[in-house]
Amino acid sequence: MDHAIWAEGLVKHFGETKALDGVDLAVRPGTVLGLLGPNGAGKTTAVRVLATLLRPDAGRASVNGYDVVNDAHQVRQLIGLTGQYASVDETLTGTENLLLIGRLLGIPKPQAKQRARELLAQFELTDAASRATKTYSGGMRRRLDLASSLVGRPTLLYLDEPTTGLDPRARAELWELIRRLVAGGTTVLLTTQYLDEADELADEIMVIDHGRVIASGTPDELKAKTGSQTLAVRPAEREHLPIVTSVVGELACATPDVKGRLVTAQVTDPKVLPAVVRKLDDAGVVVTELALRTSSLNEVFLTLTGHPAEETDENGTDGSDQTERSAA
Amino acid sequence: MTAITATPPSAPALSPRVSPIDGVRQSLTLAWRTIVQVRHNPWELGDFSFQPIMFVLLFTFVFGGAIAGDWQGYLQFMLPGMITMNMLFVTMYVAQGLNTDLTKGVFDRLRSLPIARWAPLAGRIAADQVKQAWSIVLVLGIGLIMGFRIGTNVGGLLVAIVLLLVFALCFSWVSVLVGVLARDPERVQIFGFTALFPVTFVSNVFVPTETMPGWLQAFVKVNPVSILSDACRALMLGDKTVGTPWHVGSAGPPVVQSLIWAAAIVLVFAPLSVWALKRKI
Ligand SMILES: Nc1ncnc2c1ncn2[C@@H]1O[C@H](COP(=O)(O)OP(=O)(O)OP(=O)(O)O)[C@@H](O)[C@H]1O
Ligand SMILES: [Mg+2]
Repeated sequence: MDHAIWAEGLVKHFGETKALDGVDLAVRPGTVLGLLGPNGAGKTTAVRVLATLLRPDAGRASVNGYDVVNDAHQVRQLIGLTGQYASVDETLTGTENLLLIGRLLGIPKPQAKQRARELLAQFELTDAASRATKTYSGGMRRRLDLASSLVGRPTLLYLDEPTTGLDPRARAELWELIRRLVAGGTTVLLTTQYLDEADELADEIMVIDHGRVIASGTPDELKAKTGSQTLAVRPAEREHLPIVTSVVGELACATPDVKGRLVTAQVTDPKVLPAVVRKLDDAGVVVTELALRTSSLNEVFLTLTGHPAEETDENGTDGSDQTERSAA
Repeated sequence: MTAITATPPSAPALSPRVSPIDGVRQSLTLAWRTIVQVRHNPWELGDFSFQPIMFVLLFTFVFGGAIAGDWQGYLQFMLPGMITMNMLFVTMYVAQGLNTDLTKGVFDRLRSLPIARWAPLAGRIAADQVKQAWSIVLVLGIGLIMGFRIGTNVGGLLVAIVLLLVFALCFSWVSVLVGVLARDPERVQIFGFTALFPVTFVSNVFVPTETMPGWLQAFVKVNPVSILSDACRALMLGDKTVGTPWHVGSAGPPVVQSLIWAAAIVLVFAPLSVWALKRKI
């Protein structure tokens, strides 16, 4: 069995709702699969099936070759789960929560204490270690929850929307941690609604909607699927906006999108870039930004599901980090 | 044994199932959680010690004289029943704890761990027995301070306590069902009050059955709360009229009937609770 996680034809119905409607997936050891989908797509259901918490109505799934239904106990020895909602015992302190898991996993008390200390330090919870977790903030709870799933050093980690509710710094740190775990050989199944997160972390992305896989591939493959690229031009002077809009519209053969001073349009031919530069130069327009970039996953998502992702544009569409080719 | 082939990152031998001994150990670890909770929040102990103390004082000093002629005699009659009644209320902590685990996702986390399937539930119930023992000692202690006197001997008292604990253990299954069905922990409390109050009050805990109208007596006589109270009275006071205006019968029949009731409750509620729990998760 050369797949860490493998599933075929998973089906799970809740009454009329088809939460999973024939999902296949395969994750190679030491890689990250990003499960991407809008609310109610079936992400959590998929994770719960793979974590042995839910029996599929049809289909099969295995983890390191162990069947999630028949060899559930073996599967549980391999996985660490961080559910969508923080599942910490609110009456216990941070240390006690981790100690509880450690003891349940059969780790001797001194080692379990040591492990709890390590994890609390790693997640910057040392100061709050001996406080009842009901006094924790949402983000702290989330981090403790993550720490809990790492107590047993699982070879497979399921993270159901792990960064929801974390501030940008905590989010970046968590990404870093996930990268380190993966570098150490851990396989990760990650669900997220943040496209940039899947883009950052996942080796492979599966987009699901209404319980079905509607697209899968590497982040680049998915972006390539939508074919087009985005041309973005930002004039230095506001009065040049109409000229820029008309030039871009003419060359891209499409009505450009104007957001503030940024003019964007979908293009298929990369040759428009030099043409735009020439025309704007002739017109004496100075631009502060001029770029041709591959569509962001946001746009891919929109194309695939027919509805936008739940993300508020914080660093998606405007960021120059996704620029592939740019001219000045 | 430690030789590891390349493919899966690390492959220690995985055990196919949990041994019963490990299961017991895991249950005790989970029960430890409840003890720690109480240590952190002694007021939680207050929650369920305050009410019985208040009830004992209230019924003895306020109603005692009117019901039995003198409060000393009434205390003798009422205290064993009060211990029984309080025991039933304390079992609701199983429901509350379980419901909290279910609604807060802790139960899911536990189920994703390689531990015995029954450990989370067993841990809950086991932990409750500790609270149970404490609350029995508490009510009894208050009673003794106020002048309650054991009419039998230490043996009788111990049998009564064991009987109460056995009954509590069995009745915990009702509590498990409540915990599974309730939508949130607050509703568990509402249930505790709305269902347990009538059942415990319409019994012979506070007044003898003979003082009630005939149609009510029929219910009171079969009410396990009455039967268990009778058993405790007989075991603590003896088969005689001691300080109370009412006669206490022999211990045998009510003890046996209590155990039959306890068994019946388990037979009905254990499968029902497990079924409901499996449906819910
Ligand atoms: N226990 C359940 N009972 C009934 N319906 C359920 C249950 N769990 C999930 N569903 C339904 O199944 C569908 C998929 O739910 P799921 O939680 O897997 O979605 P999701 O992709 O995780 O969504 P979100 O992004 O909101 O977390 C939804 O329509 C949901 O209402
Ligand atoms: Mg979800």
